[in-house]
Amino acid sequence: MTDRKETQIASMPNNSRLEFRNVSMTFPDGTEALKEVSFSVAAGEFVTIVGPSGCGKSTLLRVASGLTTHSNGECLADRGSLGYVFQDATLLPWRTVQRNVELNAELQGVPEAERRERARQAIELVGLTGSEKKYPKQLSGGMKMRTSLARSLVMKPSVFMFDEPFGALDEISRERLQDELLRIFDHEGFAGLFITHSVPEAVFLSTRVLCMSARPGRIIADFSIPWEYPRRHDIRYSPEFAEMCGKVSESLREAHA
Amino acid sequence: MSTQTKLLKTYMPPLATFGAFIGVWYAVHYFILSENRKFIVPPPHAVIDNAFLNGVARSELAEGLVNTGRIALFGFLIASVLALFGSVLMAGNRMIERALFPYAVALQTVPILALVPLFSVWFGPTRTARIVTCVLVAIFPILTSFLFGLKSVDSGHQDLFTLNNVSRTTRFRKLLFPAALPSIFTGLRIGAGLCVIGALVADFFFSRGDLGLGRLLNNYAKRLEYEKLFGGVILASALGVAIYILIGWIANRSLRDWHESEARSA
Repeated sequence: MTDRKETQIASMPNNSRLEFRNVSMTFPDGTEALKEVSFSVAAGEFVTIVGPSGCGKSTLLRVASGLTTHSNGECLADRGSLGYVFQDATLLPWRTVQRNVELNAELQGVPEAERRERARQAIELVGLTGSEKKYPKQLSGGMKMRTSLARSLVMKPSVFMFDEPFGALDEISRERLQDELLRIFDHEGFAGLFITHSVPEAVFLSTRVLCMSARPGRIIADFSIPWEYPRRHDIRYSPEFAEMCGKVSESLREAHA
Repeated sequence: MSTQTKLLKTYMPPLATFGAFIGVWYAVHYFILSENRKFIVPPPHAVIDNAFLNGVARSELAEGLVNTGRIALFGFLIASVLALFGSVLMAGNRMIERALFPYAVALQTVPILALVPLFSVWFGPTRTARIVTCVLVAIFPILTSFLFGLKSVDSGHQDLFTLNNVSRTTRFRKLLFPAALPSIFTGLRIGAGLCVIGALVADFFFSRGDLGLGRLLNNYAKRLEYEKLFGGVILASALGVAIYILIGWIANRSLRDWHESEARSA
C-alpha cells in the first residue's frame, strides 16, 4: 500500500496532488458512471466539479479518495494526508464536538496531548470555540458542518475533498460557510476538490470550474476563475460574477439539453 | 416548574394506576365474587398477611426468589455474552451469518418448553438444566437485536473509518459497538424479561433440586393456598421488574447524552 502510494506521487507532475488520466468507472450492473475523465489538481488550486444530480460527481470523488476503485485509466492521488468532507456531517452522535474533531487524529494514532491541541486550533479556525462540550444533536446544520470541517482540518490535509457539503444548509448558512471555507483555504493552501450542483457556489469558491455531463459523466468544459484570494463576499453581487455564472450555466445547459 | 410539581407529574400517573388496580382488586373480592368463591381472589391485605408476614411462607418464598433470581441472572449473563459473540461473528462475516442465522431462527420456532423434560433427563434437576432453559428462551431476541444494531451502522460513518485505514478491532470498538448500543440495550431488556420467564418455567417442571418460585407457585396452586400463590406471583413479577429497571438504568446512564430514546426531557 505504502509502496503504491509513493510511486503514484512520484509519477505525478510537479506540484500536482491529484491526477485523473482517462478514468472510467462502470458499476457491476453495467451503469457507466464516469467516462474517460482527465484533470489534475495542484497545491493551492481549488477545483470544483459542477453537474446535475446523478451525473457521477460523487462517484468521481469516491474514486479520488480511494473509497471506490475505478475500472479503467489511472487515478493518482497524494492520499498521505487526505481530508474528506461528506454530504452529511457524519459526526458520531455519542461524541462531543471536541471528541468528534479529534477522531481522525485519534484513528491515525496522533498522541492525545497533541491531538487535543490541534483540535483546539481547528475548532477555533471554524469558529466553534465554546461549543466543544456539545453533542451533535444540540448543533444546528451549519455547526455540524463546521465540526465536520474541523475534524478534517486537524490532519492538515494536503488534498481536501468535499462532497456537496453545504447542500442541505439554508442559503444564509451556506454563504457564510463558503466565506469561511475560502478563508481556511487561503490560510492552509491545500489542493481542493469540491463537488456541487450549485453554479454560484462553484464560481465563488474555485480557481477552476469543471462542468460534468449527465451519465456517463465526462468533463465537458473547463473555466478558469480569475479573481484573487482572499475573495470578498460581495463579489457575488458583481456583474463579472453573474457573467461567469452565466457562462458555466450555459455550458451545462448545452450538455444536458 | 418547581421540583415538587415536577415530582408530582412524574410519579402521580403511575401511582394513580396502582391505586386503581388495588381498588379493582378489593372490589372483585368484596362486591363481585359470591361468598363461596371469594377464596379464589384473596384481598391484598390477606395476601400480605399470609404470604409475607407468615414466617414459614416468607422464608419459603425468600428462598425461592433467591434461587430463581440467581438462575435468571446467570442465564441472562450467559445468553448476553453468547449473543454478543454470535452477533459480532455474524456481522463481521457474511458466510458465518448465512451458516448460523437460519438455525438461530429455527431455534426460535422450537417450543423450548417442550425440551425442558429432556434437559431434566440429560442434566438432572440441576442448576445447569435450568440455566440452559433460560439461555435458550432468551438468546434469540437478544441476538437479533444485537445483530440489527451492528448491521445498521451509517454507511457515511463506515466510509469515514475506511478513509482512516482502521483495523477491524478499532472499527468495532470506536464505531460498531457504540453505534449498536441502543439496539443492544433493547435486546438486553427483552432478554431480561424472558430469562425470568425461563427460570420460572424450568422450576415448574422440576419437583426436585433447588426450591424455586416456579415450584412454589405450583405447590400453592395444588394446595389451594391462594394467598401464598398471589404472594409468589407478586414476587416473580417484582423480580422481572427489578431486572428490567436495572438494565433501563444502565441504558439511561450510557445513552442519555446522545440518544433520543434516553434523552432527558427538559
